[in-house]
Amino acid sequence: MSASADPSGTDPSGADPSAANPVLVSPHTEVGAPIVRITALRKSFGTNEVLKGIDLDVMRGEVVAVIGKSGSGKSTLLRCINGLEVFQEGSLSVDGKPLLHDSALAMRELRQRVGMIFQSFNLFPHLSVGRNVMLAPRLVKKRRADENEARARQLLARVGLAEKFDAMPDQLSGGQQQRVAIARALAMDPAVMLCDEITSALDPELVGEVLRVVESLAEDGMTLLMVTHEMGFARKVADRIIFMDRGRVHESGPPDKIFGHPETPELKQFLSSLHD
Amino acid sequence: MVDFTLWDILRNLLLAARWTIVLSLIAFIGGGVMGLVLLVLRLGRNRFADMVIGGYVQLFQGTPLLMQLFLLYFGIALFGVDTSPWVAACMALTLYTSAYLTEIWRGCVEAVPRGQWEASASLALSFGQQLSHIILPQALKIAVPPTVGFLVQVIKGTALASVIGFVELTKAGGMIANATYEPLLVYGFVALIYFAICFPISLVAGSLERKLHVGQR
Repeated sequence: MSASADPSGTDPSGADPSAANPVLVSPHTEVGAPIVRITALRKSFGTNEVLKGIDLDVMRGEVVAVIGKSGSGKSTLLRCINGLEVFQEGSLSVDGKPLLHDSALAMRELRQRVGMIFQSFNLFPHLSVGRNVMLAPRLVKKRRADENEARARQLLARVGLAEKFDAMPDQLSGGQQQRVAIARALAMDPAVMLCDEITSALDPELVGEVLRVVESLAEDGMTLLMVTHEMGFARKVADRIIFMDRGRVHESGPPDKIFGHPETPELKQFLSSLHD
Repeated sequence: MVDFTLWDILRNLLLAARWTIVLSLIAFIGGGVMGLVLLVLRLGRNRFADMVIGGYVQLFQGTPLLMQLFLLYFGIALFGVDTSPWVAACMALTLYTSAYLTEIWRGCVEAVPRGQWEASASLALSFGQQLSHIILPQALKIAVPPTVGFLVQVIKGTALASVIGFVELTKAGGMIANATYEPLLVYGFVALIYFAICFPISLVAGSLERKLHVGQR
C-alpha cells in the first residue's frame, strides 16, 4: 500500500497534507473552520428519542471515532449527517452548507461533500467495479469519460485493487468489496468521510486490509468520522474519541484520555465490558 | 346443410386468433406503460399518490375482469360516447393489466435491498438517477419471470372479451361450434391454439428464471 510512502500526511493538524497528494482533492472550506457542525440535534423514531441534543464540531483533517453500546445512537448520528435520517430539532451543516431535508437540490449539494461507507458495502451488484466507482462522478459531477476512468483506476490502485477494474462485485471478498466502496466514495471528492461500522460485516482476517486503507486516508489528511467497534484502531488513528450513551455525547477527548483515564462510570463500564 | 372441412374450421379459428394476439399485445404494452408510470408515481413517496394508486390496484384486483368489461362497455355508452366492443375490450384489459403489473413491479422494487437506495443517495444521485441506474435495473432482473407469467394470464383473459361481442378466438369458436354442430372438435381446437400461444411464453419464462438465478447466485 502506498500510504506509508507519504510522510507529509502524518500530522492531521498540518497545513494541508491533502494538497501534496493528488489522490485527495482539497476540501472547500478554509483551514480552521469546522467541516461538520452539529448543534443541539434531536432525533426521534416515533416516540422513541434516540438523539437527545448533540453538539459536535469536526475540524478539517480531524479523525473522530464514535464509540458506545449498540442503541446509543451513534449510527443514527452518522446517518443524520448525510440526510439518510431526518432529524426533528437542531441544525447541521457540512462544509458551510446547511442540511435542508425539504430541498432535494440542497441535499444533493451536501451529499457531494459527504462520502459514506456502509457496514454492508452496498456496492451496485449489476455494475462492474470500475463502473461502481465511475457512476456518480459521471452522473452528478459530469466528469469527462477519460478523466473519470483515469481517476477511478487511480483510486482503485490506491485501495490496492487496480487489477479488479472489470470484475463484478460478487467475485470479490468482503474486504475487497469494502475497499471498492471506499474508492467509490473517494471518487466524489468528499470533504468528509463517514464510516458506519465498516468492518463489522467482515470475517476477522479481512478486517486489517480495510482498516489499513482507512488509516492511510487519515494519514493523507482526510476528515473522517467513524462509528467503530475496533477500539485498538480508534485509539491508534483517531484524534478524538466520542463516547455516546443513550442518545448523548457522554464523554469525549483524545484517545489516551478516553481509554487511559475514563471519567464517568458509564464509560468505565463500557470499556471494561469490551475485555470480557 | 353446408359441410365444413376441418381446414375451414381451423382456418377461421386461426384468423380469429390474430385478434386474440393483437388484443393481448395492446393490453400488455398499454398496461405496461401505464403500470410503469403508476409505479414511478408510487415510489415518489407522495402519500396521496400512493393512496390513490393503492386504491386503484385494489379495485381492479378485487373485481372480476368480466365485470370490468361489462362496466366499461355499458358505462362509456352511458356518457353518450359510442363505443365498440373493440375499444371497450382494449381499455378494460389495459387498465386490468396496469393494475396487476404496477403491483407486481412494486414488489420487485421492494425486493431491491434498502442499502442500494441509501448508497446511491449518499453518492448524490437524484431520484430519477437512482431509479434508472440503480433500482430499476436490479428490479428488472427480479421482475422478468412474474411479468412473463402474467402475460400468459392476460392472453387467457382476452377470452372474456367475447362476452361483449368482440370476435376473438373464443367468440369465433362459439360461432363456428354453433354452425358446425361440432362443439367438442371446435373447442378442442380453440384450447389447442391458446396452448400453442401460451406454452412457448411459459417456456421462455422458465428459462429466463433459470438464467437469472445463475446470474444472481
